[in-house]
Amino acid sequence: MKSYKIIDHEYDVVVLGAGGSGLRAAVGLSEAGLKTACVSKVFPTRSHTSAAQGGISAALGNMGEDDWRWHMYDTVKGADWLGDQDCIEYLCKEAPRAVLELEKYGVPFSRTEDGKIYQRPFGGMTKNYGNEPVQRTCAAADRTGHAILHTLYGQALKHKTEFFIEYFALDLLMKDGQCKGLIAWNLNDGTIHRFRSHITIIATGGYGKVYYSATSAHTCTGDGNAMVLRAGLPLQDMEFVQFHPTGIYGHGTLISEGVRGEGGYLVNSKGERFMERYAPKAKDLASRDVVSRSIAVEINEGRGVGNEKDHVHLHLNHLDPKVIEERLPGISESSRLFANVDVTKEPIPVVPTVHYNMGGIPTNYKAEVLTLNGSEKTVPGLMAIGEAACVSVHGANRLGSNSLIDLVVFGRAAAKRAAELVKPGTPHEEISQSETDKCLERFDRLRNASGTNNTADLRLAMQKTMQSKCAVFRTEKTLKEGVNEIRKPFEGMDDLSVKDKSLIFNTDLVETLEFDNLIRQAITTMDSAYHRKESRGAHAREDFPKRNDEKFMQHTLSWCDGKKTKIDYRPVHRSTLSNDVQYFPPQERVY
Amino acid sequence: MVQINLPQNSKVEKGKFFKDKTGSKNIRKVNIYRWDPSTGENPRIDTYEVDMDNCPSKVLDLLNKIKNEIDPSIAYRRSCAHGVCGSCAMNMDGKNGLACTKPHSEIKGDINIYPLPHLRVLKDLIGDLSTLYKQYESVEPWLKTTLKTEKENIQSKEDRAKLDGLYECIMCACCSTSCPSYWWNGDKYLGPAVLLQAYRWIIDSRDEDRKERLKKVADELKLYRCHTIMNCTNACPKGLNPAKAIASIKKMLATS
Repeated sequence: MKSYKIIDHEYDVVVLGAGGSGLRAAVGLSEAGLKTACVSKVFPTRSHTSAAQGGISAALGNMGEDDWRWHMYDTVKGADWLGDQDCIEYLCKEAPRAVLELEKYGVPFSRTEDGKIYQRPFGGMTKNYGNEPVQRTCAAADRTGHAILHTLYGQALKHKTEFFIEYFALDLLMKDGQCKGLIAWNLNDGTIHRFRSHITIIATGGYGKVYYSATSAHTCTGDGNAMVLRAGLPLQDMEFVQFHPTGIYGHGTLISEGVRGEGGYLVNSKGERFMERYAPKAKDLASRDVVSRSIAVEINEGRGVGNEKDHVHLHLNHLDPKVIEERLPGISESSRLFANVDVTKEPIPVVPTVHYNMGGIPTNYKAEVLTLNGSEKTVPGLMAIGEAACVSVHGANRLGSNSLIDLVVFGRAAAKRAAELVKPGTPHEEISQSETDKCLERFDRLRNASGTNNTADLRLAMQKTMQSKCAVFRTEKTLKEGVNEIRKPFEGMDDLSVKDKSLIFNTDLVETLEFDNLIRQAITTMDSAYHRKESRGAHAREDFPKRNDEKFMQHTLSWCDGKKTKIDYRPVHRSTLSNDVQYFPPQERVY
Repeated sequence: MVQINLPQNSKVEKGKFFKDKTGSKNIRKVNIYRWDPSTGENPRIDTYEVDMDNCPSKVLDLLNKIKNEIDPSIAYRRSCAHGVCGSCAMNMDGKNGLACTKPHSEIKGDINIYPLPHLRVLKDLIGDLSTLYKQYESVEPWLKTTLKTEKENIQSKEDRAKLDGLYECIMCACCSTSCPSYWWNGDKYLGPAVLLQAYRWIIDSRDEDRKERLKKVADELKLYRCHTIMNCTNACPKGLNPAKAIASIKKMLATS
């Protein structure tokens, strides 16, 4: 591959991705004196953290008594006992400190009457181990993610983090099972950049775009996840895809759970508040998997609204317009723009929409990437954080507002661990040229593809298959069909067409590389779902309606080499990190 | 007498015409600015005939349809598709905005799509925002406080409300690239987007550096190139009012 100009860089640590977790890690690394590069395919404030609305959970107790142990119990239960409790303990215990740190960074949190951070109720967040709702979700109106992302970018500027913006990462550089850096393509001038680093931190977010209808941004293509697969490492719990109960019907735009937190509720075509039947105690504030399934049942049984009876209504027109204006201005704007609805007068048409990937790159609570080789072991030089990672704190279903807190707690944890592992300025090892060649061979092949299949068509076929075969409810039949069908778009790449052959802002090629990343994750998601013959959290099998702890209280690990996958399992951690809290043994999950 | 002409290589030429192949009766013509730096050719306007019967409502949907179904080579930035990330800012029908929130039904006649004005074009609809980003960095967009306690800063609801209309800025640059003063002095004048951000920190009751911050922007070029033309406020797709923020800074300086 002599034709490509390669520019070499050496850093102590490279962070891939500049959303909430990547920026928080970069800030910590810079503070620790490590030479840090932050590489991102979009300008940091364009990252999808900006779309998070409702808030960030932490047991601050600003609105009444709260305890991080209660938060931990809620998270364990929300996860349907697939989360690792040592990691969940770490998350919930560290959460209050992490939120106070954000406030000090300058996040414009909404305030209580006495000037403290305002907290709102959210799905699955309760008092005293599963009793009445608690106000634990810290909010900056309904633009919490935007506020946090912009503030963290400011902190990164303050700490003089070196950014490589609009660089598209291609592959990891591996040597003897260790990660030694990565290769990226600079979209601004078409050059190839080889970053050598002692630690590479993947913070590339989720891969919602494998589905047709998702709240995810166009750029949520899980590039880091796919790089890990290509490096011969597994992804974990990929079958667990969260459908947010309230995406705007027909458009997919997110309507925050904060709406229900502030008193909004769902109704069917009979005008009935149906959540009272499915979750007598928590009602509209049950966890997301429960609410999404309830909506799907209502629609399947003919009680949906609209001409096609294929969605439901979310009411907030009974709320005080002042509350809406102060706490939910963003969703008022979205509803007007994308549903043509004035929320003070009419309900919002909503439908469960793909929103979050609980699965991703397996890590421990220090953000070190794990693989399975007889038993669990870490991959030296590689870390993962944020939605890209599967720590696993969200298990089979994430609670709303637990994602933003995951970003900052584990972003910080990664920086802390890296500072323990790396002495600033340690010299770098030589890496064989064959790693670079292998990466550029794929790049060059896709760039010069001159077949007949458009990337957009293959992507659409993949998205439609995921949407119809791997949805809210799954069966042996749909998944088996899905396992076969999802391989067809992958095969379609043998006869791919990329029209633009240039190297500067070649978005045709970017989207093709993104598709190559997406399809591998789609395959692992479908195969992982097929093999899990139980119902747990977001994975609802109509043919196996019960949770099976004996067989499946295990994380799925899936390796994927093109069309071929390998599935294995690793037991869920059944212990806590310290004696500050007791292990919560599995229970029946009722809201 | 000096003859003022555009350089030869920046003359926009007539480009390719993509005729409708669907046979649709509901066709609109979309004219898009195209320029590829690697060809050495002049910029051109390509024209696409688009079947509007199968196209969702926003300009971004229209662009996606063209990219997916007609011409995958067209380059533009896009991400969230609901007006929060600020990627797809461009000039549509002569007005700056976000393609993802702008309904194409608001545009009469042919739909003309150009990059944001007065930016160096990198390719097609992608402009170079690096100067604006550097200016953003120059206002030190982070909280300066010496508070060392474990607890949060206390901020009254009233003080917090002063940040509304400011912190929502998504830095799409629609305002700055619609401002004639920024067109002429974009290297020195901070422009509405960055001044709005400067004011966001100046007015934050938690920040202890207000005086210094004011002093730093109190500059003939950085601040006072604003001549209250108000294009910025008209252009903002989030309904913010950068002109008012700038006026507030000027007022604070005049009365301090």
